[in-house]
Amino acid sequence: MLRKADLQNDTLLEMQRRMIRIRLFDERASKMVKRGYIPGTVHTSIGQEAQVVGACMALRKGDHITGNHRSHGHPIGMGSPLGPLMAELVGKATGVCRGKGGSLHLADYAHGSLGESGITGSSIPIAVGAGLSAQTLGEDRVAMCFFGDGAANQGVLYESMNLASAWKLPVIFLCENNHYALSTPAHTVTGGRIVDRAAGFGMPGVRVENGQNVLDVHEAVSEAAARGRRGDGPTLVEVMTYRYREHSEGLRINVDYRDTNEREIWLARDPIQAHRAWLIAEGVASEAELDALADAIAQEVEDCVTFTMESPDPEPKAAFEDLYTDPYDLEAVL
Amino acid sequence: MSVMTYIGAIGAAQQEAMIADERVIIIGEDVEANVYGTTGGGKQRAEKGDFVEQFGNRRIRNTPISEEAIVGAAIGAAMTGLRPIVDLSYSSFLYMAMDQLVNQAAKNRYMFGGQSSVPVVFRSAMFYGLNTGAHHSDRPYPMFMNVPGLKIIAPASASDAKGLLRQAIDSDDPVMSFEAVPLWGLKEEIEDKEYRIPFGKARIRREGSDVTVVGISGSLPLALKAAEAMAEEHGISCEVIDPRTLVPLDTATIVESVRKTGRLVLAEPAHRACGATAEIAATVAEEAQDALRAPIRRLTAPNMQIPFSPALEAQLYPTTEKIAAAIRQVVGLEEAVKERISA
Repeated sequence: MLRKADLQNDTLLEMQRRMIRIRLFDERASKMVKRGYIPGTVHTSIGQEAQVVGACMALRKGDHITGNHRSHGHPIGMGSPLGPLMAELVGKATGVCRGKGGSLHLADYAHGSLGESGITGSSIPIAVGAGLSAQTLGEDRVAMCFFGDGAANQGVLYESMNLASAWKLPVIFLCENNHYALSTPAHTVTGGRIVDRAAGFGMPGVRVENGQNVLDVHEAVSEAAARGRRGDGPTLVEVMTYRYREHSEGLRINVDYRDTNEREIWLARDPIQAHRAWLIAEGVASEAELDALADAIAQEVEDCVTFTMESPDPEPKAAFEDLYTDPYDLEAVL
Repeated sequence: MSVMTYIGAIGAAQQEAMIADERVIIIGEDVEANVYGTTGGGKQRAEKGDFVEQFGNRRIRNTPISEEAIVGAAIGAAMTGLRPIVDLSYSSFLYMAMDQLVNQAAKNRYMFGGQSSVPVVFRSAMFYGLNTGAHHSDRPYPMFMNVPGLKIIAPASASDAKGLLRQAIDSDDPVMSFEAVPLWGLKEEIEDKEYRIPFGKARIRREGSDVTVVGISGSLPLALKAAEAMAEEHGISCEVIDPRTLVPLDTATIVESVRKTGRLVLAEPAHRACGATAEIAATVAEEAQDALRAPIRRLTAPNMQIPFSPALEAQLYPTTEKIAAAIRQVVGLEEAVKERISA
């Protein structure tokens, strides 16, 4: 296997750093929902950090991603600073989308994030388009769309896979199979295996069985990215993972739709703990160094909350900006 | 200057833009073989003006029949450096891509706080009045007027088709172009050099003082004919206005005209409910009710699906005669005639 030999210690540590950033950011976001600071709906990536970070870190600067409602991990995985992300969740003027998007529609163009989407599957063809522009303009970049096992049953995925395959576009279809579409177990609404659907479009399909291992995910996506850069077309990567928390924060579902003990089994395979143990065992970092890393990130998250709470609300007029590239006539809409 | 048809003008605008900017590409079903007449010069691939010969297969691409993916990919490409023109052929096919048009093209720039721009043109043709039945005959531009973030052009002449489409391709925002198939063969003298027509500027096609007549898309030439007939038959002076773009919509020019004439007749091929003429009528009622000397009259297709049979379809759209009757009505001629008869 590729692994330590191919990755610098910096990269291996950066993986841990980004996974912890996602975990702590989302834990903090969850608390802020409970305390009423974050309005609207929030979907955490807690439990799926390896799947997100392994995939994002297989990309290079200049590459693009699109995402879905489980949205915070993707920009963080791409290296976005936390302050403007948290400010966006709260709806502040300093938010990465100036308070216009919120949790469901994060985007950070400075870090290759073309935008998350509140519509299941809707951002998939956007990534195909980013692949189309790369190919047409002769630019050395790839595009990756994140979508869940739920979106895997949207028709737009198959139109997109077919188009990307027919045109040999540098696209990675990254299925985050966390086993549930809200409360619906994926296997009850999915015919066959999602990964096998790749064959129908003449593209490789790779399943990462242990999506809680950041290195396994990184390896699979790196290969898909290399294939895209070579001009060999798209790849479908299905990553088996698990979300620890409810579909969205504050959602209470009375029916127990998960198997007994299932959560405990997955908790025992926690991606952050697993990678930590591996880093120590391989001598990449000491326990003390990793503790210090986690502490620094905890402080970073506190700072991002302070930044957020000290930030101003957007001016009301901001609601009438950014619709078009040319100035919008306010009087025409009021 | 040279004489060009409406559809020829669309092809000319596309060709100009393709030559001027390498980022412009055309994707759509059957664009390589120039099936709809806007991506080629002649009957043979080798003939001058053939787009595949001229621009290559990277910039002129046949797509699978996958409207949602085509539209979505064009949006993503526009967000990352290209300026795609998507040929969706029939306007009724837009519905297949509704999520991408409404949730992505229209919303991305806004939702992401201005980080993205989406310079893409979605072209589609309204094949109404041609006995193509309910699945091919739609004139759905009013639906998209209700989606902030999209711009909408509806050219009614060859010269406007060329200038508006060129402006659309140069625009950094998503533009939907609704082209009227009944006008495809309409000829006009057109400037050979490049020109662009700014959005939101109505064109006064005929000046007049008694009645303001607004014609949209395929209804505009009918309004012009009706105005001519009314001038000849009754000495009624009609001011005929073509809004040309529906988003943005130049209501100021229409309101100003109504302030002068005091009467308004509107005609369009779309369904009546929430149509473009409904929007204009509401604006005039809000802004110039005091100037109106007669109730506003609207000529539209009824809220009815389009039947196939030639014996059924033609009656559904505005005609020159219907527009003329409405003009006579708002100036009181119909009443005068009725009074004469009853007397």
